[in-house]
Amino acid sequence: MDERDHARLTRRYLLQQAAGVALGAGAAGLLAWKLHDPDGERGKPKRPELTLPHGGYVIEPSKVLPVLGVATGQSIPALVRAAIDAVGGVGRFVQHGDVVVIKPNVAFERAAPLGATTNPEVLGALVHLVREAGAREVRVVDNPIENAEACFVRSGVQKAALEAGASVWLPTPKDFETLHVAGATWIARWPFFFRPFVGANKVIGVSPVKDHNLCRASMTTKNWYGLLGGRRNQFHQDIHGIIADLALMMRPTLVLLDGTRVLFRSGPTGGSLSDVRPGNTVVASTDSLAADAYGWHELLERRDEELPAYFAKSAARGLGNPDWKSQSIKRVQAG
Amino acid sequence: MATTFVIPGWEKHRPKPNPDGTPWWTRTFRITRIRIASQVFFFSLFIFLLWCTWFTRMKGYPVSLFLEVDPLVGVATAISTHTVYRWLWRGLFVLVPTLLLGRAFCNWMCPYGTLHQFVGWVFNIWTNKNNIDRNRYRPSFQIKYLLLAVFLVMAALGSLQIGLLDPICLLVRTFTTAIAPASDLAHSNLATALRERLGMDPAPLLFMSSAPGASEQRIFRGAWFVGLIIVGLVGMNLVIPRFFCRVLCPLGAFLGVLSRWAPFRISRDLTKCTDCNACLRRCEGASDPQGALRKSECFVCFNCIDDCPEDALSFTLAPLPFKDFMVGEPKKGLATLFGQKVISKIPETVRAGPAVARRRWVFAAIGGVLAFPFLRLSAAVNKRGFSAKAIRPPGSVEESEFLERCIKCDQCIRVCPTNVLQPSTLSEGGLEGLWTPVMNFSVGFCQLNCTLCSEVCPTGAIQKTSLARKLGVGEYAGKGPVSIGTAFFDRGRCLPWGMETPCVVCEEVCPVTPKAIGTYEETITRWDGTKVVLKKPYMRPELCIGCGICEHECPVIDSPAVYVTAIGETRSQDRSLLLETSRKTKEKS
Repeated sequence: MDERDHARLTRRYLLQQAAGVALGAGAAGLLAWKLHDPDGERGKPKRPELTLPHGGYVIEPSKVLPVLGVATGQSIPALVRAAIDAVGGVGRFVQHGDVVVIKPNVAFERAAPLGATTNPEVLGALVHLVREAGAREVRVVDNPIENAEACFVRSGVQKAALEAGASVWLPTPKDFETLHVAGATWIARWPFFFRPFVGANKVIGVSPVKDHNLCRASMTTKNWYGLLGGRRNQFHQDIHGIIADLALMMRPTLVLLDGTRVLFRSGPTGGSLSDVRPGNTVVASTDSLAADAYGWHELLERRDEELPAYFAKSAARGLGNPDWKSQSIKRVQAG
Repeated sequence: MATTFVIPGWEKHRPKPNPDGTPWWTRTFRITRIRIASQVFFFSLFIFLLWCTWFTRMKGYPVSLFLEVDPLVGVATAISTHTVYRWLWRGLFVLVPTLLLGRAFCNWMCPYGTLHQFVGWVFNIWTNKNNIDRNRYRPSFQIKYLLLAVFLVMAALGSLQIGLLDPICLLVRTFTTAIAPASDLAHSNLATALRERLGMDPAPLLFMSSAPGASEQRIFRGAWFVGLIIVGLVGMNLVIPRFFCRVLCPLGAFLGVLSRWAPFRISRDLTKCTDCNACLRRCEGASDPQGALRKSECFVCFNCIDDCPEDALSFTLAPLPFKDFMVGEPKKGLATLFGQKVISKIPETVRAGPAVARRRWVFAAIGGVLAFPFLRLSAAVNKRGFSAKAIRPPGSVEESEFLERCIKCDQCIRVCPTNVLQPSTLSEGGLEGLWTPVMNFSVGFCQLNCTLCSEVCPTGAIQKTSLARKLGVGEYAGKGPVSIGTAFFDRGRCLPWGMETPCVVCEEVCPVTPKAIGTYEETITRWDGTKVVLKKPYMRPELCIGCGICEHECPVIDSPAVYVTAIGETRSQDRSLLLETSRKTKEKS
């Protein structure tokens, strides 16, 4: 090696270079080994599969208290209180420190008098009672068909909920998780508006009484539709099966059937006051099938017609008893 | 004794008075600082009003204010429609000051100008000497005047195209379709990270969202192109400072023409000016303050006055035409002015109008005369050959009037709560209708009880429409609801019609009453022997308002089995479908 080569290529340079290459190659190899995905399965995103509490949010059934509480009258706060009192009072369902999710039906951007959404006064009175019972937090949630915020504002539900001391949870894409519903026919794994249920221990549904062309009537059981996301427009391919799945998915603490107004035709959207008639009734029940069947016969006044198929399908799963006449019922006149 | 109260070392740091004896604070509270404050204010106001353009935030704010005070919008629509719509008289707020002060709007109010100046300032890597050269006038700065002429001639013929380049329209459009959705994506990721990684409640950050309560990330057709344009135009500041403002801006050109008559301008005192060119270092308009000031190019930024070492420049009412009062030969350094020696060797001090030769104005006008038929006869916007998917928002005026009014600002698209309004691409509106609002029911649907687009439209392309008028109730009961199109069934793709499968989501969501979609009930035996009751949907066209919720909710999502096209829209007699509605439309007019 002549002097020039020596200046060009020193031992130190050579060793440094070799060490650097070895280190780099080693690190790259280690990384490749760590990240190796031989069949492409590892690279797929992992979605957690969540479940609601086993047995749902139902409370201990009572042997003495009636299953249905039906209050009729004009004053809405009095109706709500009387109906709930008839089935044991709000203290039976909500204890001090509870976190309660309330699910109204706010599916469409409609003013309250059009009857397409839960009456905000009913919701407000319910939130008020739940607060009174000592609930730590009340969350009002729905995933409407139309723009969520517009629906909550136009229906008056947002204002009523906030004024009564609840918080309103509007759905955003990141609030949905895949919910596992064991035994469901169609929605065993389906995107569910999960975030409001994190930390919640009571669920109350409050839905209007509405005509519905396909499933014939939309009441407290169909109301759970608004907790799902994803491709809901496929549900109509077996709407009765879906509603029976909804009944399986959500076992609520209490349901309220808001019969203050009845959307008796052109449902579930309505849009004209002539589609609505006053019902002046609020029904409280621990059995949503019984409440809905009462609504079908007494509020939609379809006494001569057979109950829609989802009643029998849900009942066959032991999720309630649509034969409300055979059950204990307490009727009260309020306000 | 007083020294006991002085902080040690204070004397050393105390600001020194200026060399000319004026107190130190005149350095800080200069007019250029006030200008910067004004730019910050108007830029913030612009962002605030865009932020407010959302139904939960509007609360009566004048959300389209910047578009309304843009005098080019007012003047160009006045040329095309012979009327001044609603709030467009507010253009006087900019027009009148321009007639007094020159193009001050460009460097005091214009949010797009502020953006360009800011970017140019941040990324300026040049030396002072380079900057002086970069801020010299170039002949390409004439282009904006030629574009203005093309656009105004086209407006006179009935095609309003100023919105392609008007800075306010351009910036509102860019925020709406490119920047706001991008920022929403960032906000939603940030909110998720806060909640999931740190267990914090991200609700207080909801103010960062441009569309709070929107159930999906908002998407806009062709957002990439609008985004690319702003990146390109803003990036050009690194090549030519204020490239857009100096070369392309039709509003700047319009204000430049008006500046010709402004009594105030930058005046150069020839007895002080040493021709050092330091005034060019930060000259925003490249308006030659070192020589014959080009009034039409001057943005009235006052940087030249700041930078002049001789204090030779001032902003003056009716400055003296020095040339007329000079005695002697300035080029040889021998001239005097009222007995004082003239130092500058450049005797000219002003050039009022734009440096565009008359024949070039004529050339541009011919360009406009030709451009109109080129665009208009491209079928997309005519009675025949129009796109079935060019579905205009409710309240829109008839198509040819629409094209006289729409400035492509996309405020309607910004405010639309369901994201159904989309900037038109070439396929719906042709080049003439590029970026005008059309509905895409795959993205959203027209919400029944909503008239926000008509509320924010600054030019009346979407005429202010009350809810009663949209729904055809109350005093409008006789006229019926506003229809924007008609829905059709594709029976081959429809589940009940073509696939023995129950569905009718369309019927369920149809928002009118009685419903525009009816159903036939039929019990059939399927291929596997099971009996199934099908409700088969059909249209009742006289009830359909074209809102598209049926198309949006149809489970056949890629090419829906029920879809809306523009036929049957109330605004057009040519595009009506039913004899019944034709009669109603005629009664109206």
